[in-house]
Amino acid sequence: MEFKLFLIKYAEIGVKGKNRFLFEDALVRQINLALKPADGTFHVYKEVGRIYVEAQDYDYEEVVEALQHVFGIVGICPLVQIEDHGFEDLKAQIVKYMDEMYPNKKITFKVNARRARKNYPLNSMEINGAVGEAVLDAFPEIQVDVHHPDVLLNIEIRQMINIYSKTIPGPGGMPVGTAGKGMLLLSGGIDSPVAGYMIAKRGVSLEAVYFHTPPYTSERAKQKVLDLAKKVAAYSGPILLNVVNFTDIQMYIYEQCPHEELTIIMKRCFYKIAERIAKDHGCLALVTGESIGQVSSQTMQSLGVINDVCEELPVFRPLIAFDKQDIVDISEKINTYEISIAPYEDCCTTFVAKHPVTKPNLNIIKKSELKLQDKMDDMINEAIEHVEQIMIHA
Amino acid sequence: MEAYLDNSATTLVSQGVKDIVIKTMTEDYGNPSSMHMKGVESERYVREAREIIAKALKVNEKEIIFTSGGTESNNLALIGMAMANQRAGRHLITSSIEHASVLNTMKYLEEQGFSVTYLPVDEAGRVRLEDLKEAMREDTILVSIMYVNNEIGTAEPVGEIGKFLKEEYPKVLFHVDAIQAFGKYRIYPKRLGIDALSVSGHKIHGPKGCGFLYVSEKAKIKPIIFGGGQQKGMRSGTDNVPGIAGLGQAVKEAGEHLEENVERMYELRQYFMERLSEIDQIRINSPKGREGAPHIVNVSFLGVRSEVMLHDLESKKIYVSAGSACSSNHPHISETLSGIGLSPEEIDSAIRFSFSVNTTREELDYAVDTIKDRISTLRKFTRKK
Repeated sequence: MEFKLFLIKYAEIGVKGKNRFLFEDALVRQINLALKPADGTFHVYKEVGRIYVEAQDYDYEEVVEALQHVFGIVGICPLVQIEDHGFEDLKAQIVKYMDEMYPNKKITFKVNARRARKNYPLNSMEINGAVGEAVLDAFPEIQVDVHHPDVLLNIEIRQMINIYSKTIPGPGGMPVGTAGKGMLLLSGGIDSPVAGYMIAKRGVSLEAVYFHTPPYTSERAKQKVLDLAKKVAAYSGPILLNVVNFTDIQMYIYEQCPHEELTIIMKRCFYKIAERIAKDHGCLALVTGESIGQVSSQTMQSLGVINDVCEELPVFRPLIAFDKQDIVDISEKINTYEISIAPYEDCCTTFVAKHPVTKPNLNIIKKSELKLQDKMDDMINEAIEHVEQIMIHA
Repeated sequence: MEAYLDNSATTLVSQGVKDIVIKTMTEDYGNPSSMHMKGVESERYVREAREIIAKALKVNEKEIIFTSGGTESNNLALIGMAMANQRAGRHLITSSIEHASVLNTMKYLEEQGFSVTYLPVDEAGRVRLEDLKEAMREDTILVSIMYVNNEIGTAEPVGEIGKFLKEEYPKVLFHVDAIQAFGKYRIYPKRLGIDALSVSGHKIHGPKGCGFLYVSEKAKIKPIIFGGGQQKGMRSGTDNVPGIAGLGQAVKEAGEHLEENVERMYELRQYFMERLSEIDQIRINSPKGREGAPHIVNVSFLGVRSEVMLHDLESKKIYVSAGSACSSNHPHISETLSGIGLSPEEIDSAIRFSFSVNTTREELDYAVDTIKDRISTLRKFTRKK
């Protein structure tokens, strides 16, 4: 069956009062963006609280997949639209629709008519009954089930008449670009791309920062981060990736501070630098992939000590209460898992202590950091000054 | 300054190769199987390449099969000969330090019901003839030993092995992976008792994606790729004319001043090893003198993980290979390096330098000077115990 129109269902943005149009416009914009690389001609428009995608000469699978990447969409309904040529014609069209749509007739159904155009001669209940009867007459195998039908046949009487019975789930969330911008701390691991995806799902645009430590991390490790950002960008839209060369700072910490505190102090530096860049670029929060207890630097104590360096911006940790397997499941869904587990593991592990602190004390860490005070500010300034910026498109 | 010292990974194509590749892509681009003039023209390039290679090996032209490179040549030789001779027996012998394209093909053949013996090597990386003698069985049909090991450059005693097999086991086939050796040695398979020989184009300044397999007329072999019956059915698929023409040109150039070039490379190698010995706590893993190929020097810089050294050198435009991949998450222990008895620390810090005819003394000086300059810093930042 060929569809020329898709009805786009959205949930939360329907309840935003006077701001509603802003959200709808953002959704229309994102849909247009997503459909840009697809074959075919598309027209996306709003009409009385609905968003429609009109499509011609297109590939069904490609379009559905593109739409499934647009946050804010909860359902995609392929829709048949007919002109009103009287009720007899409508019944005939519905019978034809059911025949084509469901080659296997061993199904139960229910008719759900909505009469938005109140001057239509029959009311909703009457339409339900008459259409149901017509379908039953045409296909004796089909049965009615008003409680748990296999097929919910929707008929909307507007200027035109819409017929649809299938809803393909969308990703949910809010259209990107409706909630400001966040700075994602992106590593080559499994968690951070998932965190980026989840925050973007709430309508947040993303920038990212990656800490590169050549020669201890390779060009391929960096390429891996670029590849991951590209996958996230398929949902979030373009991501500006800020690559910070962290080698000198890491070496300095390594020389000056107790070995078992290295990871904590290093991460405090990551956050400090990330917050500076984030503020310069107008981001409203940092975003990380941390989850309680996953590694030594993600215990409650460690998270607290690391968090302490952020002066203004909140840190959002969407995975904080997720189990690893749940994170892996999402990463598989968004196609980042395969990339994350590629074996270009950085040799940063050279520096990781065998027994890092798991319950760091803020005062002790701060005391250790006093040994860094001579050069640290300059080194951070230097690192920020030389950030390499790469625009990542899906 | 830049120093490309990773010629065992791949080489720069020569000007002559570049010219002929471009010509066969842009002017004489016909399909050699076509009946018209365009096809005939391009077929000439294939004939000529075949002729050059046959001459270089002193073999018959019809004993050359063009392939997509070293890996395919090894696959074709091993699978093709094992399948064709399995009635005579299903036992194969190879060494434990072969390239992955031999070892993994052997694994595949094991899955197909063949049994494989993997010979150990001595501390120089050489297969011992006595071990081979002992491994021989009544149902042995094929022995495959590499000419030069790709990681440390050891030259295997293929002449001795070939002689032994021809005298004692004339029916057993002998395959030699000569991918790292060709162009550094004059190799005449018939004199060495070799029945099949694999060569790759891009290791000798030819293009990537082409290589050949020499197979003696007398050896039984079956194809592993099927299709339009090109190359007498032994390797279907439209001939890769630019690749084949480039390969022919590369083989020709490799033979032109081979002895001089090799002599010069041995001098450079000797010089490089001497200069490396200025650095403390190193171990040279390649055999000294002529027991090793002229172009490979494998060294462990103790206390610096090879990947760190590699990336540090890379930032100074010095390009080398790591003896083994960073083993933090994905342990990959080199069969060769463990096979010659290196300790885990020596394996972890092994770097391979490999030369070509283009390598200069200045490049080597630059590399050694850079390492001397950097190594104490790099050693300082190793894992604290």
